[in-house]
Amino acid sequence: MPKHLISIHDFSRDEILETLSLAREFEKNPRQPILSDKIVASIFFEPSTRTRLSFETAANRLGARVIGFSDIGNTSVTKGETLKDTIKMVSNYSDLIVIRHPLDGSARYASEISSVPVINAGDGANQHPTQTMLDLYSILKTQGKLENLKINMVGDLKYGRTVHSLLQAMSHFNPEFLFTSPDELKMPVEYKEYLTNLNIPFSETKNLSKGLDDSDIIYMTRVQRERFTDPIEYERVKNFYSLNLSMLSGCKPNMKILHPLPRVNEISQDVDASDHAYYFEQAENGVYTRMAIISKLLGK
Amino acid sequence: MEKQLKVSAIKDGTVLDHIPSCQLFKVIDILGLNKSSNQITFGTNLDSKLLGKKGIIKISDKYFESDDINRIALIAPQAKINIIHDFEVVEKRVLTIPKTIRGIVKCMNPMCITNHQVVETLFTTIVESPDFKLLCHYCEKITDKENLKIISNNR
Repeated sequence: MPKHLISIHDFSRDEILETLSLAREFEKNPRQPILSDKIVASIFFEPSTRTRLSFETAANRLGARVIGFSDIGNTSVTKGETLKDTIKMVSNYSDLIVIRHPLDGSARYASEISSVPVINAGDGANQHPTQTMLDLYSILKTQGKLENLKINMVGDLKYGRTVHSLLQAMSHFNPEFLFTSPDELKMPVEYKEYLTNLNIPFSETKNLSKGLDDSDIIYMTRVQRERFTDPIEYERVKNFYSLNLSMLSGCKPNMKILHPLPRVNEISQDVDASDHAYYFEQAENGVYTRMAIISKLLGK
Repeated sequence: MEKQLKVSAIKDGTVLDHIPSCQLFKVIDILGLNKSSNQITFGTNLDSKLLGKKGIIKISDKYFESDDINRIALIAPQAKINIIHDFEVVEKRVLTIPKTIRGIVKCMNPMCITNHQVVETLFTTIVESPDFKLLCHYCEKITDKENLKIISNNR
């Protein structure tokens, strides 16, 4: 049975560390055409900029050829083809599938149908494990370690899949969390229970200025309009937090600000030039970590 | 007054007693008894000290695997399972919610793939009864007791 990456739980602590050290090798030498005999299918049922482009860049840097689609308008999905049939067909054409799909659990289902490895590039509001892997890589690169860090997660902690996966992945490394969010977007109970069961300390606040000074990582998130069914609720919370340069004067020198991007108003542009800003480098790290994941799943 | 069984005794088979009356037909559905060719008698709204009103099902010449019978623990955790041989109760079984539950529970997440395409649901029990919590194998969201919906076998 092929190995997949659907949820961050699919990789053990050792596998995570192994992938991160492989990513470091690819960063040192990004042109390694070790997969020149492989075809990677990139099938995106939902819009994406960074994830799709960085996956396709990663596959190309590894020498693989890329097939796929980024708009279901040109595919048989519009004729009513089921996900099962699409995956059956694509897994006959390719050596690995990268899938993004709007429904939660779609990637897990695809992995059960596919005869080749499947990488989840985002399944609805559920998981986005390669984003988590590049977040871990960015944390490791900027802090020199993953252990014993204080991580402040800010913004949409209810619907934001990246914070949920990062929380689970970091739980291997003895972290301390602060959750900064409005009441409407608090970290769901099941994730807090998860931390409690592992004896991982966390606290919650509504006040952004409260948790900045002693954090090692500030993980900002966008309030995602597409996750709200009620537009009034979205309007109420969309501009709740905005991080600007003057708020960072008391921060630890090692503190870095991460953001899965795209950002809207949650990080002011005057922060971009600060030494604390790391979100654009973070996006670049996506290529190296995805190279590592693709090559690992294809056994190279 | 002469004591008399309201639902007649069976010689060999399984008796499911102390089923809440309101869940009787769901139990029949979950166990697929509507498609069974065995002789089955059932009663509902019978007087019960424990439940007020109860249902009972007697299935002749039928014995269930633990995993099959345990599926009804989701809706009738207090039900008593008696195994009958030659009109005698030879074994009493206590229900426990199975570790994995395939195909009978609907995921409460409206965006779960199982609610949009023909995908059999699959859950892991992460908290057992009485206030159980089931983790969806696909969308990784929790379906709890308050939001439990049983998928009918009658499709």
